[in-house]
Amino acid sequence: MKTPFPFSAIVGQAEMKQAMILTAVDPGIGGVLVFGDRGTGKSTAVRALAALLPPIRAVESCPVNSQKTADCPEWAELGSKKIVMRPTPVIDLPLGATEDRVVGALDIERALTRGEKAFEPGLLARANRGYLYIDEVNLLEDHIVDLLLDVAQSGENVVEREGLSIRHPARFVLVGSGNPEEGELRPQLLDRFGLSVEVRSPGDIDERVEVIRRRHAFETDVEAFMQTWEPQDAEVRDTILKARKRLAKIQTPDEILNDCARLCIALGSDGLRGELTLLRTARALAAWQGNRRLTRAHLAAIAPSALSHRLRRDPLDEAGSGARVTRIVSEVLG
Amino acid sequence: MSDDPDSWDRAALAIGLLLFDPVFAGGLHLRMRAGPARDRILDALSPLAARRIHPTISDDQLFGGLDLGATLKSGHIIDNKGILDTAQVVILSMAERCSTGLAARLAARTDRAVTPVIIALDEGAEPDETLPPALSGRLALYLSPEGRMPAGWAPVPAGTEPFDPADVTIAAEQIDALTTLAARFGIDNLRAPTMAVRLARCHAAFSGRSMVTDDDLGAAAALVYPQRATTFPEEPAAEDDTPPPPPENAPDDSGSDGQPDTLPDGDLLVDAVRALLPADLLAGLVPAGTVARASGNGAGKARKGNRRGRPLPSRPGRLDGRARIDLVATLRAAAPWQPLRRQAQPDTPGLLIRPGDIRVRRYEEMSDRLLIFAVDASGSAAVSRLNEAKGAVELLLAQAYAARDHVALISFRGSGAELMLPPTRSLVQTKRRLAGLPGGGGTPLAAGLEQAAGLAEQSRARGLTPTVVLLTDGRANIALDGAPDRAAAAADALQMAAVLRARGTSALVIDMSNRPQEALRTLAGHLNAPYLALPRANAERLTGAVSAALDA
Repeated sequence: MKTPFPFSAIVGQAEMKQAMILTAVDPGIGGVLVFGDRGTGKSTAVRALAALLPPIRAVESCPVNSQKTADCPEWAELGSKKIVMRPTPVIDLPLGATEDRVVGALDIERALTRGEKAFEPGLLARANRGYLYIDEVNLLEDHIVDLLLDVAQSGENVVEREGLSIRHPARFVLVGSGNPEEGELRPQLLDRFGLSVEVRSPGDIDERVEVIRRRHAFETDVEAFMQTWEPQDAEVRDTILKARKRLAKIQTPDEILNDCARLCIALGSDGLRGELTLLRTARALAAWQGNRRLTRAHLAAIAPSALSHRLRRDPLDEAGSGARVTRIVSEVLG
Repeated sequence: MSDDPDSWDRAALAIGLLLFDPVFAGGLHLRMRAGPARDRILDALSPLAARRIHPTISDDQLFGGLDLGATLKSGHIIDNKGILDTAQVVILSMAERCSTGLAARLAARTDRAVTPVIIALDEGAEPDETLPPALSGRLALYLSPEGRMPAGWAPVPAGTEPFDPADVTIAAEQIDALTTLAARFGIDNLRAPTMAVRLARCHAAFSGRSMVTDDDLGAAAALVYPQRATTFPEEPAAEDDTPPPPPENAPDDSGSDGQPDTLPDGDLLVDAVRALLPADLLAGLVPAGTVARASGNGAGKARKGNRRGRPLPSRPGRLDGRARIDLVATLRAAAPWQPLRRQAQPDTPGLLIRPGDIRVRRYEEMSDRLLIFAVDASGSAAVSRLNEAKGAVELLLAQAYAARDHVALISFRGSGAELMLPPTRSLVQTKRRLAGLPGGGGTPLAAGLEQAAGLAEQSRARGLTPTVVLLTDGRANIALDGAPDRAAAAADALQMAAVLRARGTSALVIDMSNRPQEALRTLAGHLNAPYLALPRANAERLTGAVSAALDA
């Protein structure tokens, strides 16, 4: 297996990187959707994120990465109950994965060879307390989308099939990437992502050259390259940990809540999810930047990624929704 | 690029490189029909000892999994190794039929591991009948040799003292040159220059050099860039007068580094690649190998699915990781044989189940609907009609996801019909294609219907359910052969309508003339289609009418 590319060494794409970091500060934001051209480092960033995230404490043999033995689901046959540190799980959900593989199913092997009824956990179990990454999320088959919507909503995976009745926690940050040229994403799923960012190939030739140079340096001497970038990755990791601690203490003035509401009303975004995400992300940003108090500047900085995918789509509107959000943000917040 | 002996030279070089070091060469997308020429290429590749896979391969075979037969026989679990775990090189045959799911899984694999190297054999005939871009974008080499294979064709052998590609050094300016070059040809995907850099190193090693030279850059650029290019770079002459931003940077960089020879070299590279560009690039078409697959066909393609829809009786089948077992039916199938099998295997505990007992569930799946808009863009149907149709297409698309709809747009005007928008669910792509759709000329109604029928057939083969929505004022005046003859035009139109109907394609006729046309009502009768008179529609009304007629 290849070593993942270091997160800090990704050239540009600041918005995408920031969005991913903010979900690491507050997983409750609910994920990131990265839409854009091919070859812009979407997958690279997600795989890099996995290596960057702080490790979690988990019961060694628990199929759902529970923190304490008491949290382990009763159907799990626990081997070692030791608490170990392990990397935050980042699980790939491949397109065309079967329902059985995603939610888990009867363990056919054991059923047929030993006549035992046992549950074989799926990808959702493994992603618990971590990230679930879907490349080309807009091409995901509908029935898998339906499953994800259900589980992402409740944070619990319920399996009722082949005589099994099983439930287990499945809280994960959803990260999706895709290319809008190949199909639209269903609004319900779109809404489930906390943030959305658009990535483009860098237009600047120097930036492109830098991308290729770093890629080349990485490929020719992985170890040296990792050593060069490890201190910076470590710094990001430390800042994430500090921001997590700070998060609960961020002050949220009433006028900022008011601003949030006015912004969402002005944009006509559906439901309250927009406001909640806006607030959460702004707080995560403040924590990440080391501020104690939420300000309008935080709101304005993250409003496009928190709201642009929640607007009612006007197919005849040529301007992108990101531009619409920016315009209205400057109108409302002055 | 028809009948291009150079393309065979390039193929010989590419295959030489693949044989030399498949990992550094970075995989191959070979787009040509099966035949003696392709067999010759595959023979040449045979030293790679590649495993062959096909688009319908199961996950079990690819990634490994339970060996059901052996497991049941032995009574304990026996796993199979997956092809991807054991093979160095895999050949994906019939790559044009590769599903996006398989492409994504293979692409993810190539991102994470060095092997296997993928060689995709693409026999696609239509431009959009090709390997999904997720995978083709990750294969460095693209070959589509044209014309006759030269006698005695053979891959280029490696130099007498080949070098290890991993030890080849490439100068920073050379990396810059390749990156700049990609930008000048409008290649936005940064994987392309990354692969070109690797390929240049591979080519240098292949030629027995430890340093990359201009030759290697030229070879790498010629092998990686042409099929990915989306624009022609500015003419060199124009460059000298008013340098456009991207080319300007390259000379600047090299100048400051004291490498004056990179400047002409850059242009040499441009010329080398330009000479290989597909001829239709000027027409604004994206070349075949790179075209984004038009239909967002991620979902619900198969008619006989095994996931959703109306359940069908279970059938004997293999557990391949995709199918769901029907346990009850499996046990029922195994039950009668228990005493007999017990005699043969008295010591094995539990039920005695054989692979042949396995029953898998099947469901009949609803396939996605494709709305083919055939729009009259003639002079008689005012150009505004076209705008209404465009608006309707976009509106329908915007609400299409839940209805599992795809849309396509055919416009007919002048002497023929044209596919303006291949089946898609992408609003982004639709907007781009619909901008600046021309109008004017005669009304070749029959040609429009013919094109619609062809598209309907094609899409049906892909598992979509096509419906043709015909928008016209009905004044057909161009016959199928392109001649202006009102009577023949009407007769041809009726005949095409009969063809459509005979193939069971549902349709909807929308009359957009100011006064309802009797001829169109007749045509609708021949199509067995609802007829709707809708003078002075707008996009919303049209959308409403289409939705209502379809749901009725």
